[in-house]
Amino acid sequence: MSDITFRIRRHEPKSRKDPEPRWQDFTVPNDGNLTVLEGLFYIQEHLDGSLAFRYCCRASVCGSCAMYINGAYRLACQTNVKHLDAEAVTVAPMPHLPVVKDLVCDMDDFFAKYEYIKPWLIRNDPDPDKEIPQSPKERKKLDMPIDCILCGACYSSCPSVWGEENYLGPAALLKAFRFEVDSRDEAGRERLPHWDNERGVYRCHTIMNCVEACPKELNPTEGIQWLKKAAVRRRLFGKAK
Amino acid sequence: MIHHDLIVVGGGLAGLRAAVEAKRAGVDVAVLSQVHPARSHSGAAQGGINAALANDPGSVDDTWEKHAFDTVKGGDYLGDQDTVMQMTKDAIEVIYEMDHWGCPFSRYDDGRIAQRPFGGAGYPRCCYGADKTGHYLLHTLVEQAYKLEIKLYVEQYASRLIVHEGVCQGVVAYDMIRGGFEAFTAGAVVIATGGAGRTYSNSTNALINTGGGMAMAYHAGVPLKDMEFIQFHPTGLFSTNILMTEGARGEGGYLINDSGERFMERYAPKFMELAPRDITARSIQTEINEGRGIGGQAYVYLDLRHLGAEKILERLPGIRDLAIHFEGVDPIEEPVPIVPSQHYTMGGIDTDVDGATPLPGLYAAGECGCVSVHGANRLGGNSLLETIVFGRRSGAAAAAYIAGLADGRPNARTAFAVVQAIEDTVDELGARTGTEDAYGLRTEMALVMKEHFGVFRDEPTMRAGYDTLTSIKQRVGKIGLRHTGGVFNLDMIRTVELEGMVDVALAIAAGAVWRTESRGAHFRTDHNTRDDVDWLKHTMAHYRPGEPGPKLTYKPVTLGPFEPQERKY
Repeated sequence: MSDITFRIRRHEPKSRKDPEPRWQDFTVPNDGNLTVLEGLFYIQEHLDGSLAFRYCCRASVCGSCAMYINGAYRLACQTNVKHLDAEAVTVAPMPHLPVVKDLVCDMDDFFAKYEYIKPWLIRNDPDPDKEIPQSPKERKKLDMPIDCILCGACYSSCPSVWGEENYLGPAALLKAFRFEVDSRDEAGRERLPHWDNERGVYRCHTIMNCVEACPKELNPTEGIQWLKKAAVRRRLFGKAK
Repeated sequence: MIHHDLIVVGGGLAGLRAAVEAKRAGVDVAVLSQVHPARSHSGAAQGGINAALANDPGSVDDTWEKHAFDTVKGGDYLGDQDTVMQMTKDAIEVIYEMDHWGCPFSRYDDGRIAQRPFGGAGYPRCCYGADKTGHYLLHTLVEQAYKLEIKLYVEQYASRLIVHEGVCQGVVAYDMIRGGFEAFTAGAVVIATGGAGRTYSNSTNALINTGGGMAMAYHAGVPLKDMEFIQFHPTGLFSTNILMTEGARGEGGYLINDSGERFMERYAPKFMELAPRDITARSIQTEINEGRGIGGQAYVYLDLRHLGAEKILERLPGIRDLAIHFEGVDPIEEPVPIVPSQHYTMGGIDTDVDGATPLPGLYAAGECGCVSVHGANRLGGNSLLETIVFGRRSGAAAAAYIAGLADGRPNARTAFAVVQAIEDTVDELGARTGTEDAYGLRTEMALVMKEHFGVFRDEPTMRAGYDTLTSIKQRVGKIGLRHTGGVFNLDMIRTVELEGMVDVALAIAAGAVWRTESRGAHFRTDHNTRDDVDWLKHTMAHYRPGEPGPKLTYKPVTLGPFEPQERKY
């Protein structure tokens, strides 16, 4: 058991206590297998009860605890301190997002953009009595985008989002891709105007920060490029898919 | 004060499905959730969801009746057979509905939904999407909630029910983003807040599964049913208790002891690794207790290596990642150290087949409720099913109840009084100097539950545990609170919820101490057989304000076509 320093960004814009961001150091005991999330809990329970952070599943599937840890986007629960190979653990909220308190970002815009692209299966035909058939090959196309946990890391990392607040960003566009590529989806041109514009796919400049940031190792850029091609196919050749 | 016709507390599968159903019935419905609904613990479910679709070549003669039989037998005959049959009958329809809404199930070559074998099931009946079925189902329902423009109040921590003259009229919640307590009034409330796994220190559950909804109903006078039946999942990761799906064994994985033996042969020669969870967990625990854990340590191996990289990457990619990240082991290369871990609360808020509780205006669905379909031991693949089937039913029933209300307006004075009461509680906590530490007590409670109410139980151990819990309950009264106001106040949430957690733990403990038989997941070494003469009945725990533990009463089990018989696998 040795100790490790957690250097944490503290900030509560709407309070008198921490109107400006500051860094605060805490000493946390490390049993050699400490995760960043466990370290945050140690601080909240034993050192400073006012520390604010999001958490839920502690098994890297819920997307709550995406943070900026030692200069990279990571899920706090999935990050073992020993793998950081550093003398201190530096934890900040995801950059470029408004802060609610400490490590908790305001995700309202993120989810508003998600909602805007119509992230649901659109059908015109009446539903069959059984499942809508889908071949394993068609289903395979969904493998990558359906693993998105909506943690927001890609969105926070994208320079096009920083520069244009109305840009939908990689997560919402990946969701658009997820449905447009689904063989069961019959949106045709219904969803198209929501992403086929300057606030949509064309604002992506393939910087690929999102790919690097994604803790699930997904590739939003690839999805966005597929959408660009699909837009051309639909506009020029009138194809439905 | 905010008003909606229907308030659903909890944004997981059960809550969202209830909200979708009510919205489709034209009800003004809002969902309150402690986390964004997409973060709910339903999303951590891996293996799949049962329905007798008969899609697998090996299951062409599967029927919902056979699914019902497996469920009743798996539950050691404690499940109410009418509700079980309702669930297995509805199952087929709700799975197709989830497909129509876009759920990305894995597929057979002919395009139909793929199904895998699962514990205690006579046929491959478990519909799955790789090993991320919960995540896919949850996101599908989140998408439907957005499509239907259901109002979502995200990061609202519900803490008390509003009850006026014996009728539930809403809930009071702490707004984590803006700070302060707010009354949400409604014609009816559906609680769908999940289980109480975090009353145990060795749980697979998300950290937010503290039984808050159960405690809220319990404190309002609604009984908790069959709480002593706690499921221990056979395969939690050794160092973190993170879940390794039963699907790993459904796909052919082995359980191995120190001498390399597939020891399930000695416990369940026919079903082997796919025996129901209670039997498999006891078998593993026996191996460990008798010194046959790996290197004599407290774990055995889940061995997937013979499945090959291709199958693991296609069918079990999620648990492979979890094993790598959290145990440092790649299942393609090495066996995975596992240990039985608290996983599921079979019991919960007493409801009928439509989710209605004995308190008018209050409904419950999913793991927080007890319909009861799982009896004394839930089959894998039936929990996701329960959330969707009974979420849907409770949403429909609540909508019908609201339509029949003569005067839908809730009593504002009562609502404000509840807000005042919770604010007073917080002030009082803040004013206390506090000789006890909330987090130390939480840890102590969770360890007592693990050590005294685990896989194997007996009278002296449980008595000692119960006594410790009652003293913890007293000490909870001496906690002080360091931070009372502001936004995202975790200190306040986690301190205020502790009292409810201890009360729920006491309901589990009391039920277990008093039930002098072994049935399903409740196994006593001092009463090691099932006793249908005296104990084929549900335990009902009633909260008694000011008393250390609950009052217990009992209620008959609804039997049906399936005669109780000895369970052999």
